[in-house]
Amino acid sequence: MIRFIAVRILRAMITIFAVVTFAFVVLRMSGDPAQVMLGPDVPQEAVDAFRRSWGLDQPLWIQYLAYIKSIFSGDFGVSMRDKASALDLVLQRVPATLQLTLPALLLKLALGIPAGVYAALHRQSFADRGVILLAVLGFTIPSFVMGLLLVLIFAVTLGVLPSGGQDTWVHGILPTVTMSIGGIGILARFSRSAMIEVMGQPYIRTASAKGLKWHDVVWNHALPNAAVPIVTIVGFMVGSLIAGAVVVESIFSWPGIGRLLIVSVSNRDLAVVQCILLNIAATMVVSNLVVDLLYGWLDPRLRSNAAH
Amino acid sequence: MATINLSETSRTPGWYATFITRLRRNVPFTVGLGILWLAAVVVVAIFADQIRPYDITAMDLSSRLSRPGVLKHLLGTDELGRDVLSRLLQSVRVSLIIAFGATILSAVFGTALGFAAAQFRGAVEHLVLVLADFQAALPFLIMSLAVLAFFGSSMVLLVCLMGFYGWERYARIARGLAISASSQGYAASVVQLGATPARVYFHHILPNVASMLIVSMTLTFPEIILMESGLSFLGLGVQPPETSLGNMVGFGREYLTRAPWIMLAPSVVIMLTTLSISIVGDWLRDKLDPTLS
Repeated sequence: MIRFIAVRILRAMITIFAVVTFAFVVLRMSGDPAQVMLGPDVPQEAVDAFRRSWGLDQPLWIQYLAYIKSIFSGDFGVSMRDKASALDLVLQRVPATLQLTLPALLLKLALGIPAGVYAALHRQSFADRGVILLAVLGFTIPSFVMGLLLVLIFAVTLGVLPSGGQDTWVHGILPTVTMSIGGIGILARFSRSAMIEVMGQPYIRTASAKGLKWHDVVWNHALPNAAVPIVTIVGFMVGSLIAGAVVVESIFSWPGIGRLLIVSVSNRDLAVVQCILLNIAATMVVSNLVVDLLYGWLDPRLRSNAAH
Repeated sequence: MATINLSETSRTPGWYATFITRLRRNVPFTVGLGILWLAAVVVVAIFADQIRPYDITAMDLSSRLSRPGVLKHLLGTDELGRDVLSRLLQSVRVSLIIAFGATILSAVFGTALGFAAAQFRGAVEHLVLVLADFQAALPFLIMSLAVLAFFGSSMVLLVCLMGFYGWERYARIARGLAISASSQGYAASVVQLGATPARVYFHHILPNVASMLIVSMTLTFPEIILMESGLSFLGLGVQPPETSLGNMVGFGREYLTRAPWIMLAPSVVIMLTTLSISIVGDWLRDKLDPTLS
């Protein structure tokens, strides 16, 4: 078990390291930040001074080592635009993003899993077909189309909900709904197929044959076994709590991480973009790690297999 | 003579009707609709230049934001008086070209890496796994945003970037199948006959794993369409004056209140296309993959 955990943690750390390297290489290779920040008509001395003050005159590998070193000491650099700490800028935006993504996650879990399980237990019924249809629709409609359609219906035509901004909780309704619809569809579909597979297993027949109540069969025998594939999807959703809102935040002018990313990317604000990439990757890797460990707990067979 | 007549009459109700009944029996109605829609989309993509009524940049300033349903501009016009229908046809073409190019790139790239991992094992395999972990850690949209913004968007870069989408899926499938195939008799026997690894992989293993790879292509294709339109919607994908489905939705958003048709037309096309691909893809998956039930 310890070996299993150790291997997972090592892989997670290698992944984070790869992301840091990727961010560094792509962002440094793509152009000279001095030119972008200062504009084309600046005298050479100013450009040199700028490059010296940001360490851009050093060879790339020295910059890279310095960058890795500063990250290990908790220093994520300073925004080139407004000289504030990049980490602070990013952390300021986290609550706004979570205000959307956490309710959306709850909505996905509360509607998606029950709908999928219900559909699986009532196969071929009217409800089952309805769930499948809505699920397929839910995840084939891209979020920006869904968001704009909702704005068109509820903000423009009916005028009952605001179309953008972050003033009251009412402003959060449309973005949250937009964000959760696709996930509800995906979860419903996965829960349904996981449940259908489990319900066909011999141990379910045994459990009902020995006279257990149907309720007990479903809750104690079927659901725990259907949990493994569902946990994978939920883990992915938890991992994208921070990253998943880029498009939706942009539609509803919501001041979260996604908006910050788009703004910093168009300003070529290296430190902030790197910091966001690192945060997103860290959330994703940690939640993947937790999912892997949960697997080991949910399904003891995986412990011995996965560590080899 | 009578016998010839008989055989002719028995054949004449013939091929067309049997074809239709056979089709009805084998292809569900929704799948048929999906196939029809996809065929129409492909035809539009190929002949976009010939069927579009106007040039995509042709402005008609006297009829700006005109409503759809008028014979002159069937789907209306946008803020510069450009014909929405013409732009829509061109967008279908651009989005489809990107999705096709990227799907093929990512299938080739992923399969090659998967085979390499299966052939060399050891360090190569670990490297592929680390790359796959990396891909899973950084959402594709975020990675593309960073790359496109810093390198500037161009059609070639966009296709290459999208060509990385979903490679890890092919790599995983190709690696797993290649490892299990090389333990089976047919691969071992051609190795015994003196075949080079390249010959074993491309002539013997690839045909055996092709159906699984095609299945994952039907999964990747609509996702790439959505990814490209998402990026274009954010202004980082296809750049004007060229147009794509997401790009049209993105620009149409400015006129949501006054001219919703600019944004509705491409939205409907995106929805119907991805819906058709997933319906047809599901059906194809059931047909091609006997292990799924």
